[in-house]
Amino acid sequence: MSEHCENCEHQDKLLKLRDIIEQKRGEQGALMPVLQGAQELFGCVPMDVQKFIAQEMHVTLSEVYGVATFYSQFALEPKGKYVISVCMGTACYVKGSQAVLDKLGEVLGLKSGETSADGKFTLSATRCLGACGLAPVMTINEDVHGRLTPEAIPGILATYQEG
Amino acid sequence: MEIFRSHVLVCGGTGCTSSGSVKLVDRLNDQLGELGLDKEVKVIKTGCFGLCEAGPVVIVYPEGTFYSHVQTEDVDEIVSEHLLKGRVVRRLVYQDKGDHPSVGKSLSDIEFYKHQTRVALRNCGVIDPENIDEYIAFDGYRALTKALTEMTPQDVIDEVSRSGLRGRGGGGFPTGTKWKFAAASKDDKKYVVCNADEGDPGAFMDRSVLEGDPHAILEAMAICGYAIGADEGYIYVRAEYPIAVKRLNLAIEQAHEYGLLGQNILGTGFNFDLHIRLGAGAFVCGEETALMASIEGHRGEPRPRPPFPAVKGLFGKPTNINNVETYANVAQIILRGADWFRTMGTERSAGTKVFALGGKINNTGLVEVPMGTPLRTVIYDIGGGIPHGRRFKAVQTGGPSGGCIPARLLDVPIEYDSLIEIGSMMGSGGMIVMDEDNCMVDIARFFLDFTVDESCGKCTPCRIGTRRMLEILNRIVEGKGEEGDIEKLERLATTIAKTSLCGLGQTAPNPVLSTLRYFRDEYEAHIRDKRCPAHHCRSLMQYQIIDKCRGCTACARVCPVHAVSGEVRKPHAIDQDKCIKCGACYDACRFDAIIKA
Repeated sequence: MSEHCENCEHQDKLLKLRDIIEQKRGEQGALMPVLQGAQELFGCVPMDVQKFIAQEMHVTLSEVYGVATFYSQFALEPKGKYVISVCMGTACYVKGSQAVLDKLGEVLGLKSGETSADGKFTLSATRCLGACGLAPVMTINEDVHGRLTPEAIPGILATYQEG
Repeated sequence: MEIFRSHVLVCGGTGCTSSGSVKLVDRLNDQLGELGLDKEVKVIKTGCFGLCEAGPVVIVYPEGTFYSHVQTEDVDEIVSEHLLKGRVVRRLVYQDKGDHPSVGKSLSDIEFYKHQTRVALRNCGVIDPENIDEYIAFDGYRALTKALTEMTPQDVIDEVSRSGLRGRGGGGFPTGTKWKFAAASKDDKKYVVCNADEGDPGAFMDRSVLEGDPHAILEAMAICGYAIGADEGYIYVRAEYPIAVKRLNLAIEQAHEYGLLGQNILGTGFNFDLHIRLGAGAFVCGEETALMASIEGHRGEPRPRPPFPAVKGLFGKPTNINNVETYANVAQIILRGADWFRTMGTERSAGTKVFALGGKINNTGLVEVPMGTPLRTVIYDIGGGIPHGRRFKAVQTGGPSGGCIPARLLDVPIEYDSLIEIGSMMGSGGMIVMDEDNCMVDIARFFLDFTVDESCGKCTPCRIGTRRMLEILNRIVEGKGEEGDIEKLERLATTIAKTSLCGLGQTAPNPVLSTLRYFRDEYEAHIRDKRCPAHHCRSLMQYQIIDKCRGCTACARVCPVHAVSGEVRKPHAIDQDKCIKCGACYDACRFDAIIKA
């Protein structure tokens, strides 16, 4: 039953994606905005979605795949409920963001880029977030945590563990 | 029009938003409404004030009181004391070091702002970026009007050329010349592109301009369109900048409503329209040919030039592409003239430059100074020097394409050419300060790691060469460096710089070359003595307990691998074979009895 509903949901999203493609039809260079729409809808761009896009936009799958794998914004597999992004910009790095990332990896048992088995956390190192005044910085989904120390990490993670 | 007796400006830039300024605005409005002051006092969310270190920042006009580190709990006091009774809340007023607490400084007296000249950032922290009327009230769209009604396209190009404006994205190519080339290309379709794919780690000036003054970019792009004969433009902006994207969309919508974008602008028959395209997280897309490939919906890979974009650019059509900060100067140049612009800066580098000051510095933030200002002024007078009494070691400019500048060169004036002479470059304007605790070999390794990750893989020198360099650097910081490594690095660096396809690869070796030039002794210490002089590289340092130890056992209790032993109230010791160098003991010690050696 639940599998059936998940499938319904997936079909629904594909219909929404078709709307996006229709809106962009005829627009030059529409593949990127379409992929960005798909990423937002599905949380990632899995192979069946890429095939769907290729079919609907009349481009080859290799082209869609080439673009989807070139940009770091597009994920081929789903990310965790909470995406932790540790800023690895220079200002954060010289103020110790590597130690923060190491601590997160240690506590969560994850390497950068990995998602926990329960699907709760994805740990990633990200490009400069531009909040250098708060260095070192990380974001957990939309929340910004600044002036971090490794010691503060377990406490911050605890507030997300329950949810 | 409504008249207010006071205006409360709250910084809505990314730094202050991250530290809670949106909640401040809500709380201020709630409180003012409750006291019936909402018709007398207006709260405005502006762009970045620049002094991110002091955020969230609030300024109250007409007094010009500058409040720093304002928390939601402080709002009630500001409203009931300052806005209701006219009494400044002293404890929240920003102070320079050594100020008497009773001093109520205005913006222009604060050390951080005193040495600055704001052209590109003129409206940031001054106007509400989500309201086109405020932009217009500050001379907005007057330059476009002047260009369209009083100047020929050639006049516009001449004015920009005479101003000496050079590309603020880092390359420093003369903007007027670029426009001239694009204007000279004959075609029925041309494009204007804004490069807002700000990618240098530690640089956030473009984001602040987009967030604080989006109309300035729209206006400049329209002026450029008129000058080169284009009727369509694209702004390519990082998806990681949601506030900037939102405000740009709003600005385009408002400009359409006012007839400042679209068909027959200001009744002159000039048509110009803009689109926004989001970057998707690829550093190489800051390179102009890669950026255009990305707008076209392809992989963001660069291609050889010529043909230059001015001849064959976006969708194969002549295209002019400039960076955000470059455009941010254009309206002022048209309005106030090239001669005015040339009064700032130096002969070869006219105008001002915005820098994102970060790292080991007291006043982290955004700074705009005339070109030619010595680095020392920026770091010590504006930046307030190095925190915690540490010693300055180097300042890094130019991001992954730039280099590290040592203390003895701090009096070098900031110009495109002078920075290149000393082995760094202007870049987009990141300025990261490092102190004696930062290892220069590790910093070079950090940038190479970044380049290897971001190399698009199209050309071999960049894809494979940078990786080989990174492997050598990794070995050196792990204490496995060998004689001859430095020479190998130098040879690879020269080859990669000469043979890479685009700017990313051509400049990738710069961080290594500049640290080798000024901090060669640190490389040698790592390789020959297996020692990291900054005590940063884990493999090359030890934690040791010295005789200041009181035997409080704090270190022994936090050690995750039980490497610390000793009796209570007697000096402890660390078993170096067990120690994993996590630093927990170092942080736990309250008697400074643990040292890095």
